[in-house]
Formats: sequence, structure tokens, C-alpha cells
Amino acid sequence: MSEISYEAIIGLEVHAELKTASKIFCACPTTFGAPQNTQCCPVCMGHPGTLPILNRHAVELAIRAGLALNCEIARQSRTDRKHYFYPDLPKAYQISQNEIPLCKNGRLTVSMDGFSREIGIARIHIEEDAGKLIHAGNETRIDFNRCGVPLIEIVSKPDLRSGAEAAAYLKALRAILSRCGVSDCKMQEGSLRCDVNISLREMGSEAFGTRVEIKNINSFAFVEKAIHYEITRQTELLRRGEEICMETRRFDSVKGVTELMRTKESAEDYRYLPEPDLLAIRLSEEEIERIADTLPELPAAQITRLTETYGIRQKDAEILSAELLLSDFFEAAAAKTRFPQIALNLLLTELLPHCASEPFSSPVSWTRLAELAELLGEGEINSATAKKLLSRLIKDDFSPADTVAKEGLAQIRDTDQLQLLVENAMQKMPQAVKDWLHGRYAAMRSLQGKIMAESGGRADPVLAEELLTASLEALKNGKENLES
Amino acid sequence: MKKLIEYTLQEHINALQAGEYSSVDLTNAYLERIAENDASVNAFVWIDAKGALEAAWASDERRRRGAALSQLDGIPYAVKDNLCVKGMRTTCASRILENYIAPYDATAVSRLRESGAVLLGKLNMDEFAMGSTGELSIFGATANPLHPALVSGGSSSGSAAAVAALEVPFALGSDTGGSVRQPAAFCGVVGLKPTYGAISRYGLIGFAPSFDCVGLLTRNAADAETVFSALVGKDPHDATTLDYPQQTPLLRHPLRIAVVKELLEGEGVSEEVRVSVQRAIHAFSKQGAEIQTISLPSPQIALAAYCVLSAVEASSNLARFDGIRYGRRSKNADTLFDLYANSRGEGFGMEVKRRILFGTCMLTEERRKIYLERAAYARNQIRERMEEIFSSFDLILNPTSPTGAFPRGSKQTPAERREADLCAVYANLAGNPALSVPFGTSAYGTPLGIQLTAAPCREALLLAAARILEEASHE
Repeated sequence: MSEISYEAIIGLEVHAELKTASKIFCACPTTFGAPQNTQCCPVCMGHPGTLPILNRHAVELAIRAGLALNCEIARQSRTDRKHYFYPDLPKAYQISQNEIPLCKNGRLTVSMDGFSREIGIARIHIEEDAGKLIHAGNETRIDFNRCGVPLIEIVSKPDLRSGAEAAAYLKALRAILSRCGVSDCKMQEGSLRCDVNISLREMGSEAFGTRVEIKNINSFAFVEKAIHYEITRQTELLRRGEEICMETRRFDSVKGVTELMRTKESAEDYRYLPEPDLLAIRLSEEEIERIADTLPELPAAQITRLTETYGIRQKDAEILSAELLLSDFFEAAAAKTRFPQIALNLLLTELLPHCASEPFSSPVSWTRLAELAELLGEGEINSATAKKLLSRLIKDDFSPADTVAKEGLAQIRDTDQLQLLVENAMQKMPQAVKDWLHGRYAAMRSLQGKIMAESGGRADPVLAEELLTASLEALKNGKENLES
Repeated sequence: MKKLIEYTLQEHINALQAGEYSSVDLTNAYLERIAENDASVNAFVWIDAKGALEAAWASDERRRRGAALSQLDGIPYAVKDNLCVKGMRTTCASRILENYIAPYDATAVSRLRESGAVLLGKLNMDEFAMGSTGELSIFGATANPLHPALVSGGSSSGSAAAVAALEVPFALGSDTGGSVRQPAAFCGVVGLKPTYGAISRYGLIGFAPSFDCVGLLTRNAADAETVFSALVGKDPHDATTLDYPQQTPLLRHPLRIAVVKELLEGEGVSEEVRVSVQRAIHAFSKQGAEIQTISLPSPQIALAAYCVLSAVEASSNLARFDGIRYGRRSKNADTLFDLYANSRGEGFGMEVKRRILFGTCMLTEERRKIYLERAAYARNQIRERMEEIFSSFDLILNPTSPTGAFPRGSKQTPAERREADLCAVYANLAGNPALSVPFGTSAYGTPLGIQLTAAPCREALLLAAARILEEASHE
């Protein structure tokens, strides 16, 4: 009997910290990593009698995210209190949005293995973050710095089908959020966190299975792993004829497994209440238009433009568009050279490993990269020299053209000179020549190596190879003539 | 000759301006009055004599330099113990906050501080402003200064009693469902609940944010106007404050007054209260006012909507008292759950617990549709009806409370206690300004209160109309 196949139905809830200077309901700063409990006040500590004041910048950033993700923006929305008791939640309720979120019904195009799919965005709403519990031995301490840091929660529709697709969705989402200045999206600082909802159903079925939630995963790789583990776990349960329980689980990244946190029976009733301390959030058409006008070029549009303008590969364009500073760097260099693809190759393979990420910053200026691409593209230098010069530029700034001239690094392209080098190599390596003549053509490599070494790495490899092949062919023909 | 403490606020303002006495003289006079009188009233829960005298001295210095901050500069006052004063104990008369020192000033307090007024201390109240007798306080009950065997009313019990007992020229209270107006009526002072959002709630430890108002208690309507104008206005710390209009209509002729039938003919309304309302109607008629009897949506529905909505908000607002960051923390707790349960269980009094439980229950998923949403619907209906009434009337006139002050220790069921709020809750449900002005006398010889309600931001009209009754009661 063939086993039943299952399809995974996956939806993601992403919490992203908004890039505001101050908290969502008070004037406290939001700087990451400040000493414990130095960025809090009576308001974010939930002292009696205090009232929240909505930070308009947080609303604006949430709308930016909504517009970038093709959402409908509510002209009037409101905040709600979500109640639960926990020591990191000073008011015993979180101010969030329940019934009327700021944004809904959006979509995000996700490309994976060359295919594009549209993933629905169910809603985006604003809310405040909670504090942080710090467990130390017998004691638990609370750091309230994070209390009231503004967040958006981006809830996808259950359109995702695999861990890899979920990871691709997250990457695309991160590219948009950081591009639009909505969030820093630094997972290691917790400014981007992800909850996964996942259920299985028989292939071909329309009905949804029982949903399991995996809470608070803090890396894309872990999201992929957790989903993979959960699909395997649920498949095994279903195949054994057991039922999936509606429950909340956590991902143990060390063991690579998900573990039970709580079952549905202990699920809380959040007793949502419209927030009476805040007014409705009203947005005028002009305001929304003004925000839309300041949106930067979005990654999808940028990828198309980059491939069309510079003739670069889709895959490379995707790498560039994932970080605005990186694509800006490339475009600045590309504008200064006739060889953008050469600049891109140097950038992605040689320079990028030496650059800082999040935010991107390069030890070599884009002007120098363009100069190098120009020299290489013109055939002034060969790629080995270009790589050497680039690794020197990483340590030290200088003009590549001047250095090429001063140190005589230009390619040897003169045929007479090259012919001398070829003959010299053939003389010095008779065994290699003999091998080649006996059909072991790999011997070419050592001869080429000899030419490059004798020329101090300056021989034009293409021309040298042509001449070498011609000389070897001539030798071979001469021999054949003699033998016949 | 009149004693210093007997002067009204306006008389103090004039005397300080004329240099007849100093703020230090005035502050000392009230501090002495409190020292000799308050043991029997129990209006004050905290007296800051040192801070008050320093502030009074500083005020006198300013006056000497001709740099008085406002007409209230140097005037003593006190606030209900649910208004935060920086560095001062702020308890809401609850065990759960018995040692809480507020780290900031309520906006109402800071505005008075900036006006140069001199804070004498904090005033007794029903725990968390839940109650209408002044008896539900960890500091003990406040007595009615006019008749020690009677209740002061509540929840702004200390505020009303202190003004009536000549211990302060004015006091601040809070009004969620009559908590300023009802004790004002029982103690024979003027109690004003302003338009919702007219005075900032920042620093008021309220229990139902969509109802709560900072209110004021004075000896007469003119004084209420002076204090109100020092407090009114938008506050960047309270999103629900209004841009209060500069110019508001005063009395018009003829004044159109509506009398609510249900609040006059209801079962619980005592005969003496009915008589005082008739006399008030007569007083206005004599001035040429047009009086008409109207009907409001069933008072029982209004009361039910108020009970559900205010309890729901209370259950939310009071959730933060958990003993974790401030306030009382239970010593018998091994688990986090016990820490919450026991701190709250030991810290809150019965009436507060009753409302938190009721409100929590009303907010659960199963009940919100049945109760909460219907209550919210009823509230909207009442708002619309009030708007409609004020499109053809200037004022609504009714008793502040169905009865006058009653004996302390009276056994009342929760339902009876709720009935007492009946006349008051309309103004809180709809956000209208309302005040209580003393008019008439009960069988105990204590004053009764007439409540006047006006359209939003018509405090000036309300206070002008109150003066008509004040003059009539002197006749």
C-alpha cells in the first residue's frame, strides 16, 4: 500500500522592531544594548496614572511597510489592549491592534530556484514590545529597556508550503523592510522575530488540518529547520493514525527539534478591549500619498532594472537588491566603468568577503573598484593581477593605474615577447611537451603556469594560450611529417 | 470678624493681592485648622506641612517682587489620594499601594504648582475611587463635617469634607460615576465634573479611563470657575484632552431647562429631594427660564451600561497592580502565580475585587457579545439622546443623588449602592459637564444637591446657572 502524501500549510507572523528614535508611547530612546533599565520612564514602566501617547513616526513606518507590501491602508484604525499577566509586561496588557489593523490584504512576491510566487499578507498592525527577563541562579531580574519599543506584526496568509519557501519569504520581507527604512531587521539583536503556524493536509485536500504554532524563532535557518522538523513529526503522527494537537511549541536550535510549550486547553483569553486612553488613528489621503511618494525603489523593481540596465544575472541582481547599501555601491562603481559585469564579479567574489554586513560597508571605495574593472576590462591587466591589486587595496588606498605603470604590472600582450616566453617554457619543461604530444593535453596547464611564473604573472593568459597551442601544434605536425 | 479660614477662594485672592495677609499666614491658618479639626473628620491622609510652608514662603517672595505666577499663587489646596504628586505617597486608599511614592506629578497638580498654589496634602477616598460613602478606605471612613453621624459621600470623600470643614479653600477630586458631585451634595459644597477631556487625566490613578474626570470641589460656583480655568486645556501627556474653546456661550434668555422625569419620579428618590428640585425649578422660573419635563432612556439601562463598562475598564486598568515593580508584594508566594494571586488578594479590598472580577468576567470571549457590546451600544444611544436634548435645551436639571447624606454604617446591598449613582452616570456615559450645587435641606439638617448638566464645553454656562441657585438659596 502506498503511503499517503501530505502537504504543509504554513503561515508566518513576523515581528519587526520599527526604526524610531523613541518608544511607541513615551519619549524614551530605543537604542539597543544600553545598560539595563536606563531607557525607561513611568509611562513604559506602567506606573499608575500614566497614559500612552502614540508616536506618529511608528504609524508612518508601519504604513511604509504596508504600502511596500501592497496592502490596503485603513483610513481609520484603533488600538486595543491585549491582556495577560507576565512580569515583563508592566501594565498587564499590551497595547496592540486587534479588530482594525493599520494595513491588510497585501502581497509579497517571493522567488526561489528561478520561480516566483505571490504570498498573501493578511495584516500588519502596530504594537509595543515587552521587557526582558534575565534569569540568574535563583533570581529573575527584569530589564524594562525594551518595554514600549514599537513593533509591527506582519501576518502572512497560509500560502507557504515548505521551509525553504518560508526562508525565501523572510529574506524578501527583510529586504523590503530594511530598504524602506522600516526596520533594521537585525535578527541577532532581536529586531526581527518569527512565529510559524503550520498544519498538514492530505495532498489534494481543500480542508485545513490542525494548526501548531512554533514561537519566537530568531534566525531564517532555524525557521527552515523548525518547519522541516515539524513536517516530519506531524507526518509520522498522521501516518500512525494519531491526531495532531492544537498547541504551541518552541524550537530548540541545539537539538534541532520542536518541543511542547503549551496546549490549547491552557491557551489564554486575551480579553481584548478598545484602548480608551488613545484616540482612533485617522489618516488622510494626503498623508498616505506623502508617505507613498517617499518610498524608495523596491527590491522587485530594482532586480528588473539592474538586469536590464547592466545586463547582469538575475541571481546577482537578487544578491545586490537584498541590501540597499550594497546595490548603491555597485551602481556607483558601474557608472564609472564600461565593464559593470567585471566590477560585479570582483565585488561579489573578491571584495564582499572582506566587507562588513548589516550595514554593508566596504574597505575599498567604489571608485577604486571601477578603476580596477576598467583596467581589467581593457586588458591592461589580467585577472590575477586584478585580484592581487584588490587585496592590496583592501589594506591600503592607491591608484591602480599608477601602480600598474610604476610597478610594470601591465599585461604582456606583445606577441614577440610572448612567443619568447612560450619557447622558453617549452624548453624548460620537455616532459610536459612530450606528455602533450602523447595526447595528455592536461600538460598544457603546467606549461601555462611556467609562462605565467616566468612573466611575473603578467602574460596575457588568453594570448599566451593561443601561442602555446600554435607552437605545440606546429611541433606535433612537424613530428608527424617526419614520421610519415 | 470672619476667621481667615472662612474666606472664600476669591476673597483670599483679593486679600493676597492687596497684601492683607501673606500666603504663609494663610497656609498656617489652614494647617492649624486641620490639626485641630481633622481628627474627627478624617479628610486628610497625608499632610505635608513642611513642603506647604516652603511653597507659601516662596510664593510670598514672588509677590514681594511683583512676580506672582497667577491669581492662585499662594492659595492652599489639597488633592484626592489618587492624584500623583512627585515624591509623595499616593495610595488610592488601598493596601496594594500603601507604600507607593509617585515618581511624577499629575498634570492637574503640576498646573497648580506652576500657578503657585500651595499643596497641603492628600485627601481620603473610597479605595480606588470605588464607593459612594467614603467608608471604603484603609485610612478609615471620612465623616460628614456637617453631621458626624452621617457619611460624607464618595468616592471623593476627603475632598468634599475638607472643603466643607474649612480645611482648604478648594480641593481636587475625581469623578467616574458621580464621585465628585455626590459627596459635594452630601457635604454642602459645589462639585464640578468637567467635560470629558477638559482637564488632563495624566497622573490620575483612575479606574475607567473613558469615564474618569479630574473634578474640583469649592465653596461656591465662582471659585469653581477660577480653579477650572487654571486646569483646563490640552495636555501633551493625555491624548484624550480637548482643545477647549476660548469663548463659550454664557447664559441666554430665556434659559431652556429640561427636567428628567425618570430621575425625579423614580422609586428611590426621597420626598425632601423632590421638594428641593421643585424649589429649584421655581427659582429658575422666577428668572424667566423655560422648564420642560423630558424623558431619558431607561435609567436602569444607563446604570447597567455604566456598571458593565466601568467594571470592564477597571479590570483592565487595575491589572498592573501585581506587586512586581511597586506596591505591596505578598510574602507568601513560592510561584509566580501565587505572587500575583496573593499580592492582589491581600492588597485589594472587597468592593475593588468585586468590580475586577465582574469586569474580567464581562470581558471574556463568551460574555463580551452578550454584555460588553450591548453596553457599548446603550452608551452610544445615550450619547445621541443627550446630544438631541442639548440641541433644544441649555441645561438638564435633576437631583444629584436620590437622597441626602445617610447614617454611617448603613447596610447597603451592592445593588442599592449602584442606585445611588443613578442620577450621576448620564454625564459620565456621555462625557457632558455636570455639577452639584447645594440647594435645600434634608431631615438631618444637611444640605441636598441639585445637579445641572450642560452640553460639552459649556462649563461657563453651568457655573452661571449654579449662581442663580446659590442666590436663590440665600433668599
